[in-house]
Amino acid sequence: MFRYTGFTALREVGLWVLALVFLAPFYFLISTALKSDAETLSTNALTPPSAPDFSNFVKVVTATGNSNVMLGLLNSVLITAGSMIVLVLLGSLTGYVIARSTRRWSRATYYLFLVAIVLPTQLGTVPLYIGARSLHLTGSVWGMIILYGGMLLPLSVFLYAGFFRGLGTDFEEAATIDGASRTQIFFRIVLPLMSPATGTVAILAGLIVWNDFFTSLIFLGGSANQTLPVAMYYYIGSLVSSWNQIFAIVIVSMIPILAFYLFAQKRFIQGFSGGLKG
Amino acid sequence: MTTTTPARPATAARAARPAATDRNRLMKFGHWWWALPGILLVLGIHYVATSIGGFFAFTNWSGIGSFEFIGFDNFVKIFQDPSKIGALLNTLFLAFGSVILTNVAGLLLAVALNRGLRTRLALRTLFFMPVVLSPLAVSYIWKFIFDYNGPINLVLKSVGLGDLVTSWTADPTWAIWTVLVVITWQNTGFAMVIYLAGLASVPVEIEEAAALDGAGMWKRFWNVVFPSIRPAVAIATTLGLVNGLRVFDQIMALTGGGPAGATENLATQVYKQSFALGNFGYGAALALVLTVIILFFAVLQQRVTAPRAEV
Repeated sequence: MFRYTGFTALREVGLWVLALVFLAPFYFLISTALKSDAETLSTNALTPPSAPDFSNFVKVVTATGNSNVMLGLLNSVLITAGSMIVLVLLGSLTGYVIARSTRRWSRATYYLFLVAIVLPTQLGTVPLYIGARSLHLTGSVWGMIILYGGMLLPLSVFLYAGFFRGLGTDFEEAATIDGASRTQIFFRIVLPLMSPATGTVAILAGLIVWNDFFTSLIFLGGSANQTLPVAMYYYIGSLVSSWNQIFAIVIVSMIPILAFYLFAQKRFIQGFSGGLKG
Repeated sequence: MTTTTPARPATAARAARPAATDRNRLMKFGHWWWALPGILLVLGIHYVATSIGGFFAFTNWSGIGSFEFIGFDNFVKIFQDPSKIGALLNTLFLAFGSVILTNVAGLLLAVALNRGLRTRLALRTLFFMPVVLSPLAVSYIWKFIFDYNGPINLVLKSVGLGDLVTSWTADPTWAIWTVLVVITWQNTGFAMVIYLAGLASVPVEIEEAAALDGAGMWKRFWNVVFPSIRPAVAIATTLGLVNGLRVFDQIMALTGGGPAGATENLATQVYKQSFALGNFGYGAALALVLTVIILFFAVLQQRVTAPRAEV
């Protein structure tokens, strides 16, 4: 009964029209970024550039100081990768213990992480800033990795605990009989079985860290280790309505994540829907 | 130690296993202390820091030097200041506005995309795309779209609605709506994906049976589909609400809180009071108000949706 009918075709065409309207912002983004300064002023927002002009991108890539975009890109990569490693390692270990222990404290610990998921970061930000400042961790890549690791660990633990609960203990029983140590069992057998959970954690946490602006603005703003969103914020703040240049930096900031997304879009979407269902 | 052969620790461990201590029997697999670094990190970064922040909410600390304990003065000041009440109302407006719009649009898209389309995967990829982008970057694109010389005004002029042309992000009435549009545009794909996952769990046979029994499209949706996607509704609305209450990037990029504070919300006020103006105590009090609101709605949401989710 759910066959491909004329109505279905109409629905399909309608959705494509909607998708084009929905994605119109990307047209403005690309066409404006490729305009020269003169053309940005002389043509209106809807007209495409007469000939693509890449000088804006050159300016963005070679910017220095507070708005050094390429350095921001490097810092974002380092901080995101470091946080993902911390979140996978600590998240899986903690989630495993919570899922495998039947004691009362493990239930309490689980709630400790669950509540922390909704607890907003704003209230703790000031004390964390003071603490990080006295430990000289503001403006440092390591400080940010620890900070993001702690901030997103509840999400990671929640996801891992859910996945571990769904995994029976057969593999572990068998490995114990074969004489494997607890550490070996975890790293050689259990964790590799958790690759769907690891993928979900890595994608969700990686996206949140990569796109975060608030925390990195406070802890890294003005330092040499600014992430991409902060560098972008300062760079754009120094431009007055030079939309062609603003959009060049916006595109540069979007390329890594969009490339990742289009390359692995199924994993991304599964990560979001599957992870949050658990 | 250095003279120990590699075989020794292994035999020692095997010998120790039968005489396992109480601590080892606590768990059959793994060691309890594996959870310790994670627990300490979360206690420190979430609970200790938040508690200290909560303490400072009752002081007049400026971030350096000494401070006094001033009781509820900060809160009295917040609720007597019209601009802070405005920030509070904007917080609620953006949260509820975005939850309603993104969930209605996301559900409609999910239902439209759910079955039968040949290009549904490509369409899903396109509609989800804004979700992965940085809210800051997205907001800059929209700032241009809402610009006085931007596409919206050009289209309005070309269709003869030139009277409506305004500088959207600088207009006291419309500025907050531009923020709402951007949040909705970016998060609709997220709600859609959650609903698609929910719809995938609806058994086709039951829907077909209902159709054969003569149930119309609306009846089928309401009585067959909707009950099975209730958990999806709970997830999408709870997450949307919690995130909607702490919107920050979009406001900073689109309006910076202006014009004249018309688009300030609690998150931007916390930032400005604490870090730009150095009123740490006052900023902490605003953050505490925000925290209480978020926890209140998160718990309320759980109460409202959880029992039904088990149907």
